[in-house]
Amino acid sequence: MSGQTTELLRFTTAGSVDDGKSTLIGRMLYDSKSIFEDQYNAIKVASEKKGEENVNLALLTDGLKAEREQGITIDVAYRYFATPKRKFIIADTPGHIQYTRNMVTGASTANVALILIDARKGVVEQTRRHAIIASLLQIPHLLVCINKMDLVEYKEEVYNQIKADFKEFSSRLDISDIEFIPISALVGDNVVNEGDNMPWYKGTTLMYYLENVHISNDENFIDCRFPVQCVIRPMSDEYHDYRGYAGRIAGGVFKKGDDVTILPSGFTSKIAKIDTYDGEVKEAFPPMSVTMLLEDEIDISRGDMIVRANNQPEGSQDIDIMICWFHETPLQLNGKYTLMHTSNEQVCIVKDIQYKLDINTLHRNEEDKEIKLNDIARIKVRTNKPLFADAYSRNRITGSVILVDSNTNATVAAGMVRN
Amino acid sequence: MSYYLNHLKELESEAIYVIREAVAQFENPVMLFSGGKDSVLMSYLAKKAFYPAKLPFPLMHIDTGHNFPETMEFRDRWVADLGAKLIVGSVQEAIDQGKVKEETGVNASRNGLQTTVLLESIENGKFDAAFGGGRRDEEKARAKERFFSHRDEFGQWDPKNQRPELWNTFNGKKNFGEHFRVFPISNFTELDVWQYLKEEKVDLPMLYFAHTRKCFKRDGVIYSDSDFMERKEGENLEDIQVRFRTIGDMSCTGGVESDAKTLDDIIAEVSMTRVTERGTRSDDKRSETAMEDRKKQGYF
Repeated sequence: MSGQTTELLRFTTAGSVDDGKSTLIGRMLYDSKSIFEDQYNAIKVASEKKGEENVNLALLTDGLKAEREQGITIDVAYRYFATPKRKFIIADTPGHIQYTRNMVTGASTANVALILIDARKGVVEQTRRHAIIASLLQIPHLLVCINKMDLVEYKEEVYNQIKADFKEFSSRLDISDIEFIPISALVGDNVVNEGDNMPWYKGTTLMYYLENVHISNDENFIDCRFPVQCVIRPMSDEYHDYRGYAGRIAGGVFKKGDDVTILPSGFTSKIAKIDTYDGEVKEAFPPMSVTMLLEDEIDISRGDMIVRANNQPEGSQDIDIMICWFHETPLQLNGKYTLMHTSNEQVCIVKDIQYKLDINTLHRNEEDKEIKLNDIARIKVRTNKPLFADAYSRNRITGSVILVDSNTNATVAAGMVRN
Repeated sequence: MSYYLNHLKELESEAIYVIREAVAQFENPVMLFSGGKDSVLMSYLAKKAFYPAKLPFPLMHIDTGHNFPETMEFRDRWVADLGAKLIVGSVQEAIDQGKVKEETGVNASRNGLQTTVLLESIENGKFDAAFGGGRRDEEKARAKERFFSHRDEFGQWDPKNQRPELWNTFNGKKNFGEHFRVFPISNFTELDVWQYLKEEKVDLPMLYFAHTRKCFKRDGVIYSDSDFMERKEGENLEDIQVRFRTIGDMSCTGGVESDAKTLDDIIAEVSMTRVTERGTRSDDKRSETAMEDRKKQGYF
C-alpha cells in the first residue's frame, strides 16, 4: 500500500459513571472534527428533550435505548476517529462492576488503557479495579487522565496528590508504562488543545499522546506461533496439488525456508512458501493473515500450530490460569467446560481454585472459593490433551483461553495463562 | 527492523481472519450481498481469504424489487467474475404469496419487509451463519455489534445477551435452529472502505460516482425518479448531478449533489463531509431507534 503509513491504535476508556468518560470521548471526536453534523444535531435535539442546558456529548456514545433512558452505558461501544497520523478504535466500556465482562472484552485487544479519575474524588474503588484489569489483560500502556480539573480550580497540588496516590497503588501491579495528564473534558483543556488554564503542566495533550505512543513493539516478534485456522485445497486444474494452511501469525517472524515443527504431532518440515492473494511474501509477522505451504506432505488440520523448531511452547495438560468469570452461574469445582485456545478446542476440568483476587486490595483470598459473575480468580484446569500455550505475559493470543459452557454455549470465562 | 502493517492492511488481515474463522466454525455459511460498496468489499476480502480456491459459500441477495437497475447489472457482473453462486431471496414473491404486506402511501418502503424474507431464506437454505457487511461506525445500534453475533431461533438479536469477544477468539457455538450473523468489516469506517477500494482498484457500481439523473426533492432529501415512489404535489423532476453515498432501495436512498467522479474525489469529499453516510437513509430516520428495533426483529 503505497503512501499509507497510518497505524491503527486501539484504546479503552473506563471510568465511573460520573467521571465524564463519555463527555471526554465526545470531546475528542468533536475537537478532532470527527462528529458529523447530523450526529451533532441529533444529540442537540436529544439534549434539549432531556432538558439539559449544554449539549450532552455523552449522548453521542450512549447508543442503545435503555442506556439513553437511564443515562448510563451498558455494553461496549466501538467508536472510530482518525487523525493524519493514526486511525483510532475506542472501546468505550462501562464503569459499573456488573459489566466487568464487557470491560475485559474491550480491553483484551487494546494497546492503551485510558483511565479516568474525577479530580474531586481522586483514586476510588473503580480506579483501582480498572487499573487491575488493565494490568491483568496486559495492556501495554496506561494513560491516567485526571479529569474535571475545572472543578478543582486547576490546582497543581490536586493533580500531584492523585498522581502520587495512583503510583503508590500501581507499584503493586504489572504495568511498566504509565503516563498522567490533567484534563478538563468539559472545557477541553489538554484533550486536543492545550488551553490556558494549566500553565504549570509541561507534558503533552491527550491527543498528542495517542498519536505518538510507541506501539510497534507491542507485538511479540520473537516466538514464532502460527495457529492453523483452516486448510486451503483448491483441487482445481491449475492448483491441483496446492495444500495451504491458512491463519493469522500470532507471534514471531516466519521466513521462507524456516525449519518448522507442527504441534501437537511433532512432525517437522520446512516452509516452502508463504502465500497471500497479493503474491508470495518473504517474511510474515503478526498480525498478518497468510497461507503457509510446507515442503512435506504432512497431515495438518485446524487446531494445530506451526512453530519454529528451536522455539516451542511447552505442551501441558495442567494449565494454571487467571480468570475473569462472566456468568451468573458460579464456577464449578470439578466442573467440565469447553476450552478454546486460538483455533484449538479441548474439554477441561477445573481441578483447583487457588484464590479469589480482591480487586480493591489485591489480597488473595484463599478461603472464598465461590467464583461468581465478575470475580477474578486463579485456578488450575486439566485438559484432555496437551495444550501448547505461552504465558499470557509473553503473548496475548497464544496465552489466552476462553471457557464455554457446553450446555448453554455461553462464554463463561476469559483466562490468562500464568508462567 | 520494524515490522508493522498500516491500518488498511491491519483491517484487511482482521477481516480475512474473521471470514476464515466463520467458515471453519460453521457448517453452512452464506454471504449477504447487495451490490453496495460494503458487500463488494466483503466479498473481495473473502476472495483474498480463500485464494487460490473458490469461495466456499454462496452469495445471497435479498431483492426488494426496488433496486437501482445499475446495482443489479453490477451485481450480476461481479458475481460472474468471482465465479460464485448467487441465491436471490425475493420480496416481490413474498408479497405475491401473501407472506408480507406491502406498505402503502407516499412514504412507503420495502425495507422493513426484507427481514421476513431474509429469515425465511436463511431457513430455506439451512444456513447457520450469514456474513453481512455491517460496520460499527455506521449507526449507533451497530456500534455495539460483535464480529460473531448470535441470533436466536427467531433470528432475533438481543443486545443484552451478546457473548463477550476476547482476543479475537470467537465462540460460534449454538443450538440447532439458531444462527449467527458475522460482520468481518466491523472496524472499517466509511473512509477506510473507500481508501481500501481505491488502493486495491476494485470495481464499483457507477451510482457512487457523480452523474446526472432525473430527481426530485422531499424533506431535504434528493431522490431518484423511479416507478417505486409516488411523487407528491410540488415534487417536480429535475436533472441533478448527484452521487449516492450509500445504496439501498430507490425508495429510501437519497443522493447528494456532487461532482466527485473518481475515487480520489469521493475520498476527498467524504473526508470533509458534514453529514454521516446513513444520514441520507430515510429508513433510519423513522425513529431514533429505528435500526435497533429492526435488528431486534431479525434485520441484518
